[in-house]
Amino acid sequence: MPHIDNLFQLPVNFFELLDEIAIGVVVLDLDRRIVVMNKTLKALTGFSQKEYCGAACAHILRSNVCIQNCPALKTNEKTGPKCVEGNIINWDRQLIPIRITSAPLKDINGEIVGFLETVEDISLLRKLDEATSHAYKFDRIIGRSPEMEKIFQILPSLAQSDSSILITGETGTGKDMVAEAIHHSSDRAKGPFVKINCGALPETLLESELFGHRKGAFTGALENKPGRFQLAHNGTLYLTEIGDLPLSLQVKLLTFLDDKEIFPLGSIKGVSADVRIIAATHRNLEQRVKRNQFRKDLLFRLNVIRLQLPPLRDRQGDIKLLLDHFLDTLSTQLDKKKKVLSPMALTILMSYRYPGNVRELRNIVEYAVNICEHRTIEPKHLPSYLTDAGPAEPIADETVRATPLAFQAEDDDLARPEARRGWPEIERQMIMEALIKAGGRKNKAAASLGWARSTLWRKMKQYGIC
Amino acid sequence: MSAKILIPLYESDVAPRFDLATEVLIVSGVGKSGSGEKGDKRMVVLPSASADQLCHLIITEGVQTVICGGIEEDYYQYLVWKRIEVIDSVIGSSEAALTRFAEGTLASGEIL
Repeated sequence: MPHIDNLFQLPVNFFELLDEIAIGVVVLDLDRRIVVMNKTLKALTGFSQKEYCGAACAHILRSNVCIQNCPALKTNEKTGPKCVEGNIINWDRQLIPIRITSAPLKDINGEIVGFLETVEDISLLRKLDEATSHAYKFDRIIGRSPEMEKIFQILPSLAQSDSSILITGETGTGKDMVAEAIHHSSDRAKGPFVKINCGALPETLLESELFGHRKGAFTGALENKPGRFQLAHNGTLYLTEIGDLPLSLQVKLLTFLDDKEIFPLGSIKGVSADVRIIAATHRNLEQRVKRNQFRKDLLFRLNVIRLQLPPLRDRQGDIKLLLDHFLDTLSTQLDKKKKVLSPMALTILMSYRYPGNVRELRNIVEYAVNICEHRTIEPKHLPSYLTDAGPAEPIADETVRATPLAFQAEDDDLARPEARRGWPEIERQMIMEALIKAGGRKNKAAASLGWARSTLWRKMKQYGIC
Repeated sequence: MSAKILIPLYESDVAPRFDLATEVLIVSGVGKSGSGEKGDKRMVVLPSASADQLCHLIITEGVQTVICGGIEEDYYQYLVWKRIEVIDSVIGSSEAALTRFAEGTLASGEIL
């Protein structure tokens, strides 16, 4: 029976000491044959005492790590402990994810005489990881609706690729946050994330901002200035409102996307920049291409991966989640007591259509948290346009821009007489027409409208068509 | 009575993991029930380690018995459902496993 001497007054039983450790421990000889393993590891593998002694570790642990990437083989005096993740198949034929840490065991002369491996069951951690990845969060984006779930599922793989991404969606749907989240989850996360609003600066200034300029390129160009492209080297350049980018700069952007080289103002020499482009717009680029306001070839180059963010009104179940989230975070930020919504206030907020999407919802909550002195937010604490108009108040022309159909048709449609009738009436008419065309079949009607069946059903109920 | 058996290999041993084996030994005409007959051996190298591909090979080859190390429950049950005898958790050389099988003394969980 091996003992540990000189630790306490009397020798300590080594096997009993090992058995007290709550994670699997195995001692291997230099041939990676098992000398001893503790109770936890026996329970994990299902092998009992008599079976394992002298057997090769790979045959008892039955881990993919042992076969493909044995940590003990790579362990030496210089490397120190090695930690790898893998899985084992236990006696009960179950596949269990594990983490193995292997460290060399040395004798008193410093010679390696074997290895000490710890084996941790990480199935709980993996389950948590799965839950997190399937849950309602990616970076700072929150959502539980099927629409958002789809986005959350593709975002990790988008982040890992280096392709250009075009994010479209109405105002306030979170295009900026998605772009940032993609950058933070990508291999470029350690590089800079540079954002520029293409609609915010005049054309000449924007060119200098984007591509930089050389000293003397124009009056006032007193020294060389690097553009945003150069600043974003090894990182991500986020071009928001790309639909507003002037045509002349679209050509320059096109050149960059082709050659990965930029030409600063006043320079004849190109500068190469390793930059990933993420572009976003609330405009319909196809429509702008038709009107010759946006270059078709640039659209094709940007449109490698397209991410369409759903408007809040189509994200069923997310309004309540976002309300709770913003109530919680804004109460903390504004140093207020945690607030709750009264049933009436909640009904109003749940039935509102949020043309400004998540941004509008956040502003409403911020307003309410600031105004409300008590714990419960009542309808009187909400912005007056919500309560005055009533829960299902028709939405004005400005919202028409924000709805999917109008988003497709863009500004032109506003000039038409039906656009002036107000959205609910047009929408009702659209539903009726779709239903008539589909012969009353809701599935077909919903498909022709580009909606989910549940959305159609909800809207039919709202307009009293059922 | 003779059988066709398949042993996933890890070097010359029975592979510790069914799903990670890239080589298998197929033996035809192995004597069962203690006849001692070892049969004709054939090595098959697989393009990649895959439990699905291995199961497919077992079915198409008409194997009656599989001798292996660790195997996942799903694959074990699938093979059993296909009326294939699976002797799993066997630790030792393929040669020793074959000998014990031919003698009719090999059982699941044996350390040879």
